[in-house]
Amino acid sequence: MTAAGTTPRVRVVLFEGAGSAPLEDGARLDLLKSLLDAGHAVTRPAEGAVVAPADDAPHLVVGRFAPDARARLAAADDLELLDLDDAAGPAAVLPAVEAANARAGATSPGEWKPWFPVIDYDRCTNCMQCLTFCLFDVYGVDGDQKIEVRTESNCKTDCPACSRVCPEAAILFPKYKKGPINGAPVTEEDLKSEAMKADISALLGGDLYRTLRDRSAAARQRFSTERDESKALLERKRCLKELGKTLDIPDEVLMTLPSVEDIEAKAARAKEKLEERRRRSRTLNDGPPKPPPSPDDWGI
Amino acid sequence: MSPPRILYCRCAYAKVIDDAVKDEVLARLAESGAAFDAVADLCELAARNDRALDRLRKETPVRIAACYPRAVRWLFHGAGFPLPEDGVEVLNMRESGADEVVARLLDGARPEGSAAPGTGGDA
Ligand code: SF4
Ligand code: SF4
Repeated sequence: MTAAGTTPRVRVVLFEGAGSAPLEDGARLDLLKSLLDAGHAVTRPAEGAVVAPADDAPHLVVGRFAPDARARLAAADDLELLDLDDAAGPAAVLPAVEAANARAGATSPGEWKPWFPVIDYDRCTNCMQCLTFCLFDVYGVDGDQKIEVRTESNCKTDCPACSRVCPEAAILFPKYKKGPINGAPVTEEDLKSEAMKADISALLGGDLYRTLRDRSAAARQRFSTERDESKALLERKRCLKELGKTLDIPDEVLMTLPSVEDIEAKAARAKEKLEERRRRSRTLNDGPPKPPPSPDDWGI
Repeated sequence: MSPPRILYCRCAYAKVIDDAVKDEVLARLAESGAAFDAVADLCELAARNDRALDRLRKETPVRIAACYPRAVRWLFHGAGFPLPEDGVEVLNMRESGADEVVARLLDGARPEGSAAPGTGGDA
């Protein structure tokens, strides 16, 4: 994942300094909570103290301005002012921020629960198991052939399955309930249980990925052929429960695994790319230098 | 040296931080008179590679009230805005109580002579 350009969202500045009467403690806290819980960013500056520097985000300055302060701030053309004494009080701030974001063309916050893997590169060995395992193409590789999280929004909410296959406990989901997946320090104990997970995979036939998809396909097959749909659904749930429990994978993720055909096509593409890489490295040894493999080479 | 900057993460899109802790930290920050930046959810900013993370990582020293330091560090990194190696302290509201977090956040954060809002402070 690289720093990409997103339309900056509005930064609310709660101004309670010279020339702006402070809010009551309760009103200030309610305003802060309402803005933050709706997904917005707020800065409260104070004299002699540092806040994050101004950037190209639009600024909405909120306060109870005295006339001279208001005139001074209004003269700055990159600031929008909202006077709480003029407007309908703090209740006017949230709609004003939303309107300013809409004018700027910024996406509304909170449209998607931010659930996605984060890689701890101090631990990652670039083994690519996560890339191979993830069925939803969340992972990719960068120009240096280094694993990266590429398509966060493809990740299935509340599913930490890929962190379970990482042998180094290097994949975090900051909003997960338990450590070390949530970012808690990794202990020896954790590493032992990571090793145990590999054993679980071996017990399931040596290929956890295959087991998952086979079970899902079998369950789907049953679901489509049984006449009593509710019975089929129960049976499917029962089958998936065991795996879901072992790996803490939500049922809906197991239920939506791609078809066997999709998986086989993906595996065939991966094999082709591998062959291509081998051919290329043979040619490299035999002839003049060739360009390095591109990130697409990993794009299985 | 300038007093440490303060960044508060509300963790708005999940219930991973005890409401009592995050509310209390915010309440005490708000009434303290200290300057701070507050964001709804650092994870959400990281997921969309939001350039707000760039401004939020600048100007050290900075104290960040959020969750596990390892998570916060790699979130910024994954979004393409790695935190500086030095001068960043992450306070973990998942593990520490509000008293501990607030005491550390505000330690040295209010410059001499500044005042809480409503007591004649200047901005
Ligand atoms: S499975 Fe873990 S160690 Fe291997 S590439 Fe993925 S994050 Fe890195
Ligand atoms: S960084 Fe931590 S505290 Fe902030 S939103 Fe993400 S999980 Fe929550």
